[in-house]
Amino acid sequence: MEPLEIAENIREKFPEEVLDVREFRGQVSVTLRKDRILDVCRHLHDSPDLFCDYLVDVCGVDYLGRKEKRFEVVYHLYSIRHRHSVRLKAEVPEQDAEIDSVTSIWAGANWHEREAFDLYGITFKGHPDHRRILLPEDWEGHPLRKDYPVKGPEKEWSGFQDVLDRAKRFHEFEWHEPGE
Amino acid sequence: MENTETGERTVETKDLQISMGPQHPATHGVLRLVLDLDGETVKKCTPYVGYLHRGVEKLGENRTYLAALPLTDRLDYISSMNNNVGYVNAVEKLFGIEAPERAKFIRTIVAEMGRISSHIIWLGTHVLDIGATTPFLYAFRERERILDLFEMLCGARLTVSYPRIGGVKNDISQEFMDELYDFVLDFPSRIDDYETLVTENRIWKERTVGIGVISAEEAVNWGLTGGTLRGSGVDYDVRKYAPYDAYGQVDFDVPVGRNGDCYDRYIVRMQEMRQANRIIQQCIEKLPTGPVMADAPKFTLPSKEMILKDMEHLIHQFVLISKGPAAPEGEVYMGSEVPKGELGFYFISDGTGKPYRMRVRAPSFVHASVLPRLCEGGLVADVIANIGTIDIVLGECDR
Repeated sequence: MEPLEIAENIREKFPEEVLDVREFRGQVSVTLRKDRILDVCRHLHDSPDLFCDYLVDVCGVDYLGRKEKRFEVVYHLYSIRHRHSVRLKAEVPEQDAEIDSVTSIWAGANWHEREAFDLYGITFKGHPDHRRILLPEDWEGHPLRKDYPVKGPEKEWSGFQDVLDRAKRFHEFEWHEPGE
Repeated sequence: MENTETGERTVETKDLQISMGPQHPATHGVLRLVLDLDGETVKKCTPYVGYLHRGVEKLGENRTYLAALPLTDRLDYISSMNNNVGYVNAVEKLFGIEAPERAKFIRTIVAEMGRISSHIIWLGTHVLDIGATTPFLYAFRERERILDLFEMLCGARLTVSYPRIGGVKNDISQEFMDELYDFVLDFPSRIDDYETLVTENRIWKERTVGIGVISAEEAVNWGLTGGTLRGSGVDYDVRKYAPYDAYGQVDFDVPVGRNGDCYDRYIVRMQEMRQANRIIQQCIEKLPTGPVMADAPKFTLPSKEMILKDMEHLIHQFVLISKGPAAPEGEVYMGSEVPKGELGFYFISDGTGKPYRMRVRAPSFVHASVLPRLCEGGLVADVIANIGTIDIVLGECDR
């Protein structure tokens, strides 16, 4: 199916949900409300004409100060059988940064969603293992947000001092020559 | 311990939790697995990644498109050529420019050389983990030849940054072509050497056949790509499904497995090396003449010769380096087939010289996430086989 046809199909099935359809370089992005994202994804996955069995990627985007709703969660879907692809974008506001998890449809979404949570602070409802993934458990802040500085905050990560202390302690170990 | 009433001996058992890694030699980098063991059986496996997280995506957002290229070298650092090729193709798609034919063929050649060198490392370390030392030494002998060729080509062995947006850095020399052709003619017999040692080896088969089985549907559902997916019998290969560079003009097969176990994935990757060799040979034979850099002055740097001669070109270069080439507003995702699987770059451009969002879809990240599925219910020794078979590099996984 052509990418625009897929967008039309989604619009027919979920007229309330689709906010915008855009094409650029032959790739189509469908912007959606976040509330029924799970239904839209299930439709794309199960319908025999669409059959998007391969979830390429899930990632977050931060539009701080550029869009009314700050975050977007972007899904790249591909159908290995039909060889077509589509991009879904769900708008997520900052106050209620929460969206349904699609791990029940694609098992591969698990780590991608954890990463989006880790780096953007978007919560995925119904995720089986909702933890940070790349950063330590006690890290403060979400680094890929646009208001997070590129050069780290002045305060070091709490675990870092521990590492330094330990290194210092081991460094001070007194070695004895065998003949002494 | 003796039961006092019945006189029977009972054994007290308890579950054991061990941490494998992050400094375990068989985890191919800094991967940590927390294993809950019941005797030798793995009840639960929890991977921890992120030890090598350098924030490549954040750095990419703060660099121009031209300056972010060397970051991609450091994703999957044993096949940096392929990452570069994936990156420049994605950026070219965003810019709407196309590399000249000759550059496309050269990129295809170097990408397949990168694939061979990466697969050779995978083979060497995978069999070494399982206990065979000899193939490892043989494999590094061939890898050395490829790295020497890379050095001859661009001066670097590992972090090459040779493909550039709009083409490649420099043309290839006749000397390089001759050396490479020698390698291409010689390499199939080297693969035969490895296969003689490993493929029908009884110990190897007992350690890999039926280990880490994953069905085709499940593998697709997990988002696996590359050899890890094709071992399960799905012929998804970006080079065939959405050809880029010169892949549409060369003839090659996509080997697939049947059972989706470690052994099939091994067979698939071995065949892939032969196919990569075939592609290189065809590219050398078909290599067209012409320029190696696109004629797109808005996006590509002027030649050094012109910069030294001409004021306008100097200014032009200065603007491109400092502000970056202004990309059209829009968003582009492009996947490319790297040795590990599908490496995707997703750019959101706001019309400036830097991407508003740069996303790296790393195959190793996805493959590491499937480890619990492969390991749970198996034996501890099979964890090692499973880590080897999914072929991950943590630099790419953690980004």
